[in-house]
Amino acid sequence: MHLLDGVTPELIVFILASAACIAGALGVVLNSNPVHAALSLVGTLFGIAVLFVAQEANFLAAVQVIVYAGAIVVLFLFVLMLLGVDRAEDLSIEPLGGGQRIAAGIVGLSILALPLLAFASTSGEATGAPAAADAPNAITKTTPDVAQLGESLFTTYLFAFEVTSVLLVIAVVGAVVLARKVRRADYVEDPLVEAAPAAAPESSAAAEPA
Amino acid sequence: MLDLVWLIPALPLAGFLVLVVAGRRMGEPTAGWLATAMCGGAFLATVAVFAGLLGEDHEGRHHVLTLFDWIKVGGFEVEVGLLADPLSITMALFITGIGTLIHLYSIGYMHGDPRFSKFFVYLNLFVFSMLILVLGSNMLVTFLGWEGVGACSYFLISFWFAEDANASAGKKAFVTNRIGDWGFMCAMFLTFATVGSLDYSVVLERAPEIAPVTATAIALLLFFGACGKSAQLPLFVWLPDAMAGPTPVSALIHAATMVTSGVYLMTRVNPILAQSYDWAPSIIAWVGVITALFAATIAVAQTDIKKVLAYSTVSQLGFMFLAVGSGAYVAAIFHMVTHAFFKALMFLGSGSVIHGMHDEQDMRRMGNLRKYMPVTAATFIVGWLAIAGVPPFAGFWSKDEILLFAYDKSPALWFLGLITALLTAFYMSRQVFMVFYGEERWGDGVAAASEPQASDATGGYAKGGEAPLGPTEPHESPWLMTLPLVVLAGLATVGGALNLPFTKGTHFLERWLEPVLEGNERVIDVATGTKVGLAVIAVLTGLAGIALAYRVYYQHRRAPIEPEILAEGWRYDSTIAAFMGGPGREAFEAAATFDRTVIDGAVNGVASAVRGGGGGLRKVQTGFVRSYALGVAVGVVALLAYFLSRVTF
Amino acid sequence: MIAVAQVTPAWYLALGSVLFAIGAVGLLVRRNPLVMFMCVELMLNAVTLTFVTFSRMLNDINGQTVVVFVLVVAAAEVVVGLGIIVALLRKHPSATADDITVLRG
Repeated sequence: MHLLDGVTPELIVFILASAACIAGALGVVLNSNPVHAALSLVGTLFGIAVLFVAQEANFLAAVQVIVYAGAIVVLFLFVLMLLGVDRAEDLSIEPLGGGQRIAAGIVGLSILALPLLAFASTSGEATGAPAAADAPNAITKTTPDVAQLGESLFTTYLFAFEVTSVLLVIAVVGAVVLARKVRRADYVEDPLVEAAPAAAPESSAAAEPA
Repeated sequence: MLDLVWLIPALPLAGFLVLVVAGRRMGEPTAGWLATAMCGGAFLATVAVFAGLLGEDHEGRHHVLTLFDWIKVGGFEVEVGLLADPLSITMALFITGIGTLIHLYSIGYMHGDPRFSKFFVYLNLFVFSMLILVLGSNMLVTFLGWEGVGACSYFLISFWFAEDANASAGKKAFVTNRIGDWGFMCAMFLTFATVGSLDYSVVLERAPEIAPVTATAIALLLFFGACGKSAQLPLFVWLPDAMAGPTPVSALIHAATMVTSGVYLMTRVNPILAQSYDWAPSIIAWVGVITALFAATIAVAQTDIKKVLAYSTVSQLGFMFLAVGSGAYVAAIFHMVTHAFFKALMFLGSGSVIHGMHDEQDMRRMGNLRKYMPVTAATFIVGWLAIAGVPPFAGFWSKDEILLFAYDKSPALWFLGLITALLTAFYMSRQVFMVFYGEERWGDGVAAASEPQASDATGGYAKGGEAPLGPTEPHESPWLMTLPLVVLAGLATVGGALNLPFTKGTHFLERWLEPVLEGNERVIDVATGTKVGLAVIAVLTGLAGIALAYRVYYQHRRAPIEPEILAEGWRYDSTIAAFMGGPGREAFEAAATFDRTVIDGAVNGVASAVRGGGGGLRKVQTGFVRSYALGVAVGVVALLAYFLSRVTF
Repeated sequence: MIAVAQVTPAWYLALGSVLFAIGAVGLLVRRNPLVMFMCVELMLNAVTLTFVTFSRMLNDINGQTVVVFVLVVAAAEVVVGLGIIVALLRKHPSATADDITVLRG
C-alpha cells in the first residue's frame, strides 16, 4: 500500500493516455506504410480524447472521437485507398540532401525545449488571468460543460460560429472543384511531368522491402 | 507712345513667320520687299519710341513694358519685358535703320539665288533676335536674344552650306560663341545669387550693394561672354572665317549689329563694372587694345577684300572695349554707331565690288575699279576716310574721344591705340589703292579661272562656289545696291555731329546717355591744349598711314611688306586647331574613356552586383515544400525564443 | 514505480509540446503528402490539448470554445487539402512532396 500511496486514478489515466498519444505520434512519423500511419493517428486521437475527459471536457472528447477519428481519418484512408498510394515508401532515401534531417532534428528539439523552459520559468503557473467567478465564461461545477459551451458559442462567439458554417460550405465547394476531372477545354499544362519517371523506379524499389 | 516699344521686335517677328510659311511661294523679289518693309516698319516704330523718350524728362527715360510672366520658380521670377531707355533705343535705331538698308541691298545682291526667300527668313529672325537682345529688360531676355543672334549667324554664315568650308565656318562661329556664352550664364547665376533678380532695374539699382569680389567676377564673366560675341582675344577666330557668308550678312551681323552686342552688354552693366576692383576695367581696356593691335597687324597682309574688313572689325571692336575699360562709355557707344555706319558701308561696298567683278574676291586681281564702278568707289572712299580718322568724317570724332580717355587712363594704352590707328589707316588705304586705283589686274582671266579655289587664311570664299570669270568687264551694281551705299556714306560723313567735343551743348550723345550711365562715366580733367594736341597727333598719324600706303601701293616706290606670318594670322587659328586635334583630342578621349569605364562602370557595376546578389538569393527558392516548411519551423523557433527571452527567470 | 506527484496541468502542457515537436519533425522529414498531412493533424491535436488544459487552469470556457473552432477549421482544411492531393496524385500516383517544385526560382 505504501508503494501505491501517491497513485491517483488521474495519474494512471494520464500515464496510459499519454503513452498512447506518444506511441501513436511516433507511429505516424516513423511508419513507412501510410495506412499504418493513419491507424497510429487514430491511436493518438483516442489518447487525446481520454485526456479531454480527464480534464472534464467531456463534450469535446466526444466531438474529437466523432469528427477526428471518425471522419477525418476515415477520409484519409479513403484517399489512400482510392489513389492506391498505400504502398510503403522507403524512409531511408533522402533526396533533399542530408541537411534537412539534421535541421528538422534541431528544430524539433527546440520546439520541445522552449515551451518547457517557459513553463519552468513561471513555475507552471499560467500567465493569463483566471475568469472571474461570476463571469459568464467561468466554468461552474453545476452546469454541464456542454451547456456552457453552447452558451458561449451561441452568444459571445455567434458571429464566428456562423462564419465557420460558411467556411464549411466553401471547403466543400472547393473540394468538389479541385478534385473533379478536368474537361479538355480547361486543360492546363502539367507541371509535374518529370514526377512520373522519377518516382517510378523509387517506388518500385521501395515496394520490395515493404 | 512709349508703349509702342513692343512693335519694334514684333514686326520682324511677323515678317519671319510669314516668310517661313509663305516665303517660297512669294518668291523673288516679293519676299525681299516684305522683309525690308517689316524692318523698315520696325525702324519707324523705333523713331516713334525715340520721340516719346525725348518728350520725357531725365527721370522718365526708363520705361519698362512687361509682356508676360515667363518663369516663376520659387524665388526666381523672370518676365519677358522690353526696356525703352536711351541706350536701348539708340541701339535699336541703328539696328533697324542699317538693317533696313541692308535688307534693301540684299534684294539686289541675292538676285538669282535659289534660296532667296530663305535668306530673308533668317535676316528677319536675326533682326528680331538682336532687338530682343537690346530691348530686353532683364538679363535672361537679353541672353535669349544673345543666343538667337548666335543661332542666326550660324544659319546665315553657312547659308551656302553645300561648300564644306562654309558649313564649317558656321559651326566655328556658333561653337566659339557658345564658349563665351558660358561666361554670360555664370554671370547670370552669380547675379541671381547675390541680388536675387535678373531684372536690370533691380540689379543696376542695387549694384552698389554688391561686394567688389562678386561684382568683379560678374563683370569679368560678362566680358568673357562679350569676347565671344564681339570677337576679342582669345575668341575672335570665328569672325574672319565668317566671311564665308554672303556679304550682306557680313555687313549686318559682323559689322553693325551682332558683334556690338558685347559692347552693349558691358555698357548696360556699367554700375556693376563701377563696383568692381579697379583692375577689372583695366583688364578690359588692355584686352581691347591688344586685340585691336593684333588684328590690325593681320589685316595688313590679307588679300581677300572681305578678310581685310573682318580683321578691321575685330580691331575697331577692340577700340570700343578700350573705351569701355577706360570708363568712356559714351565714346564706346559713339564709336559703335559711327563704326556701324562706315563698316557696313564698306562691307556693302565690297559686296558691290564682288558682285561687279563676278564673284572675284582677291584684291590682287582688282584695280582701277573707280573707272567702272564710280558710285561704289566714291562711297567706299568716304568710308575709308572715316575709318582712317580724317576729319570731318565720323570716324575721326569717335576715335579721338577714345584715344583721349585712353590717354587719361594710361599713356601706354594711348600709345598702342595710336599705333593701331596708324596701321588702320595703312591697311585701309592699301585696300582702297589696290582695288580702286592702279592698273587693272584681272586681264589674265584664263589663268585665274583655272586656279583652284583657295580657302585658307589668305584665300577667299567665292559666292556660291562658282569660279570667277576674268575676261568680262566689271560693272556698276543696280540701284538696289547703290542706294544704301549712298545713304550710309552720308551718315558716315555727318555722323560725327552726334557727339562733337566742342562745347557741352554739342555733346548730344553724352547728355542723351546720362540716365543710363548715372555718373559712372569717367570724368577727365584734361586741359584743352592737351586735347587739341592729341587730336592733331591722331590726325597726323592717320595721314601718315595713308601716305605710307600711297608710297607702297600706289606709287610702288617701296616693296610691300606682307610677311607670311601675318597673312596666316600669327598662326593663332592653326595653333588652336593643332592643339585641339592633338593634345586636346587626347584629353577628350581620356575624359570619354573615364566616363565609359569609371562612371558607366560604376552604374553597370551596381546593376551587376544586384543581379549577382539576386542570383545568389534565388537559390533560397528551392521549390521544395519541405524546405519551405523548414523555414516556417525555424521562424516559429525564433519567435518562441524571443518570447522566452522576455520572460524573467 | 513509485508515483511521483500530482498530475499538474504542467504535465499536460509538456505532453502537448512533445506531440507538437513530433508532428513538426514528421512534417519536415516525410515525403508522402498524406503522411505529411497527418503530421499536421498531430500538431493541431497538440494545440487543442493545450487549449483545454489552459481552459481548466484559468477556469474559463473560452479555451474549449476555441477547440470547437479549431476542430471545424481542421475539418475544412482536411477536406480541401485532400482534394488538392487527389487532384495532384491522380495523374502521378507515386509523386512525393519533393516532386512538386513548380515554385523553384
